[in-house]
Amino acid sequence: MKKTGAQILLESLQLEGVDTIFGFPGGAVIGIYDALLNSPIRHILVRHEQAAVHAADGYARSSGRIGVCLVTSGPGATNTVTGLATAYMDSIPVVVLTGQVSTGLIGNDAFQEADIMGITRPCTKHSYLVKDVKELARTIKEAFYIAGTGRHGPVLVDLPKDVMADSAEFNYPESVNMQSYNPTYRGHRGQIQKAFKLILKANRPLIYAGGGVISSDASEELTTFARTLSIPVTATLMGLGCFPGVDELSLGMLGMHGTYRANMAVTNCDLLIAVGARFDDRVTGKIEEFAPNAKIIHIDIDPTSISKNIRVDIPIVGDAKDVLRKINKLIQEEKGDWRSIRREWLDQILQWKNTYPLAYEQKDVIKPQYVVEKIYEITKGEAIISTEVGQNQMWTAQYYHFTKPRTLLTSGGLGTMGYGFPAAIGAQIAFPDKIVIDIAGDGSIQMNIQELATVAQYNLPVKIAILNNRYLGMVRQWQGLFHNKRYSQTHLEVSPDFVKLAEAYGAVGLRATKPEEVVPTIEKALSISKAVIMDFVVEQEEDVYPMVPVGAPLKEMLLV
Amino acid sequence: MESEILDMRHTISALVLNQPGVLSRIAGLFSGRGFNIESLCVAETLDPSVSRMTIVTRGNDQVIEQITKQLNKLVDIIKVVDFFGSEYVDREMILIKVTSESSSRAEILRIVDIFRGKIVDVTPKSYTIEVSGDENKIRAIIDLLKPMGIKEVVRTGKVAISRGSKGI
Ligand SMILES: Cc1ncc(C[n+]2csc(CCOP(=O)(O)OP(=O)(O)O)c2C)c(N)n1
Ligand SMILES: [Mg+2]
Repeated sequence: MKKTGAQILLESLQLEGVDTIFGFPGGAVIGIYDALLNSPIRHILVRHEQAAVHAADGYARSSGRIGVCLVTSGPGATNTVTGLATAYMDSIPVVVLTGQVSTGLIGNDAFQEADIMGITRPCTKHSYLVKDVKELARTIKEAFYIAGTGRHGPVLVDLPKDVMADSAEFNYPESVNMQSYNPTYRGHRGQIQKAFKLILKANRPLIYAGGGVISSDASEELTTFARTLSIPVTATLMGLGCFPGVDELSLGMLGMHGTYRANMAVTNCDLLIAVGARFDDRVTGKIEEFAPNAKIIHIDIDPTSISKNIRVDIPIVGDAKDVLRKINKLIQEEKGDWRSIRREWLDQILQWKNTYPLAYEQKDVIKPQYVVEKIYEITKGEAIISTEVGQNQMWTAQYYHFTKPRTLLTSGGLGTMGYGFPAAIGAQIAFPDKIVIDIAGDGSIQMNIQELATVAQYNLPVKIAILNNRYLGMVRQWQGLFHNKRYSQTHLEVSPDFVKLAEAYGAVGLRATKPEEVVPTIEKALSISKAVIMDFVVEQEEDVYPMVPVGAPLKEMLLV
Repeated sequence: MESEILDMRHTISALVLNQPGVLSRIAGLFSGRGFNIESLCVAETLDPSVSRMTIVTRGNDQVIEQITKQLNKLVDIIKVVDFFGSEYVDREMILIKVTSESSSRAEILRIVDIFRGKIVDVTPKSYTIEVSGDENKIRAIIDLLKPMGIKEVVRTGKVAISRGSKGI
């Protein structure tokens, strides 16, 4: 029996295990939306297509599954660009289905036509234009395969309207057969052996863990590795949660706003073991002085990440989970009293920690760090936290001790304001019973505030904690430090009354203006089974410290 | 080693799926990352679903390593080979339109003959010459014809193949 393109599309999604998609309809996809009425797939109607991609991305990051969204052609498709770029920079598996004008009209500047493949080529892992309904099933199969294998990433599938109406026999391929795409999973044995020898010899080893540990679900292996050999661990923003943040071997985040001990450990280690990380400039500071005394082992699934920014001594291309497993096997046979062997190095790190711990002083105005710390204490680190971008993001990274992978959703690579709230929606859909909190800035939250209608429509109990400093705080901080306090266009003189705004959308609004109100506000919010905005009126000109100025080596941190 | 720091010219062959958009992915990769392309030549292989591309580019070791890795990473690319340091043959074809006057005709014909070129079009005032060869040969014939007055030059860009019996 023949089926229409729209039916084939939806059945293919089901066969990929998709039960929820995020989207927004329009003329070019009206046929797909019609078929959706007869499909068991749940559709979450967002209020802006950018939010659909971020929600699919938050769904993917929190659950490890592939996030899917569906939008119309032209403006619907172009509205997905920031979402795609965000997912691309952080290697998140999402499949974005865009409507397209009918094949006969492509190239004619037809109504709501956009060359979305052309526009998004640099920010997708791959993309397809389906010109023949007979190619549709295979294309969907490949799109999911590419998104979720190798270094994960977003894949776009452009679907012309006539192809969706056309019909064909439906046979979903059982497997993918691509001669041109074969990611390497298994680490090279010889390289692993070499790395292992180096690890045994090192006096001051350090693990530098990135988002790759989370995407390959290698947290357990990493934790075993670090604990067995007593090797301290620092994580990138993307890597937070891959190793328990409360473990005594955890140094917290490194880089521009990293902890003193993490940055000092990088500078002084004699072996750096980078796992699923890419030596991003916000992490390394002045690259010539990054880990200057160390040999470097670099484990990554993407060969292009290796030796891109920094020369490494032992590159290992492969999946972090596979490589760490193999290393752990080798370690088992090695008997040594690693705790006492490491004593000197760990004592040194402890001393750094005690000299300059992360600190702030809570006086009469609410400190933003205090809010994050209390959210951490009250949720016992069990919540899924998303962030916006700016100071709110950095304070979250510093003061919320992530202990489990996939509990921090944040736009690391692109730094997308407006990411956190829709991402939280995606996570709440994936985990209806978990506490999901977007720790937001007053600026960023306004970039996708319309999604309050989405949470109202689906009764999603997402919580938003606004660290309201009436500033585009992170930019103001830079203006303060590097532009003689010439605050240009960073004062948000007018913002909505967030409490009333929440109420207007059918959510609950709470405000805290004094330190003693912080805890009751969080507790109250968590007791409400609806969406809640908590408006924390915080210290206006608090800065994020430590800070490594752009271009400076990591050891040159500004400390308060 | 010199090539670690110095920009060297590399000739890279890539087998790619013959699909719309492949070329723009490759062009985008070069432009987006600031790599340069000196020449690019593409055509179908014996298997019409696969095209072969010869790219001539320039860079130090690290840049070339990134270029080949990034090319390999594109989903539509099947195989990438950098011929640098290996035995290979490269050729380029060139069409040259040169002014011919009674005084220079004989000289032009002599040059074409020496370079084993062909005259493919003649008018009372011009010759159009076809020559193929490696870079030195192409440069030499252009230099020799310049004094006669070159009106137009079209080059195909290089194609390359490894020496020996094995294919890529
Ligand atoms: C879409 C987008 N536009 C601009 C920026 C540049 N930017 C980075 S942080 C920041 C300030 C964010 O302000 P707010 O959300 O209030 O956070 P705060 O730093 O005050 O916590 C800006 C404008 C960005 N990251 N993303
Ligand atoms: Mg702010």
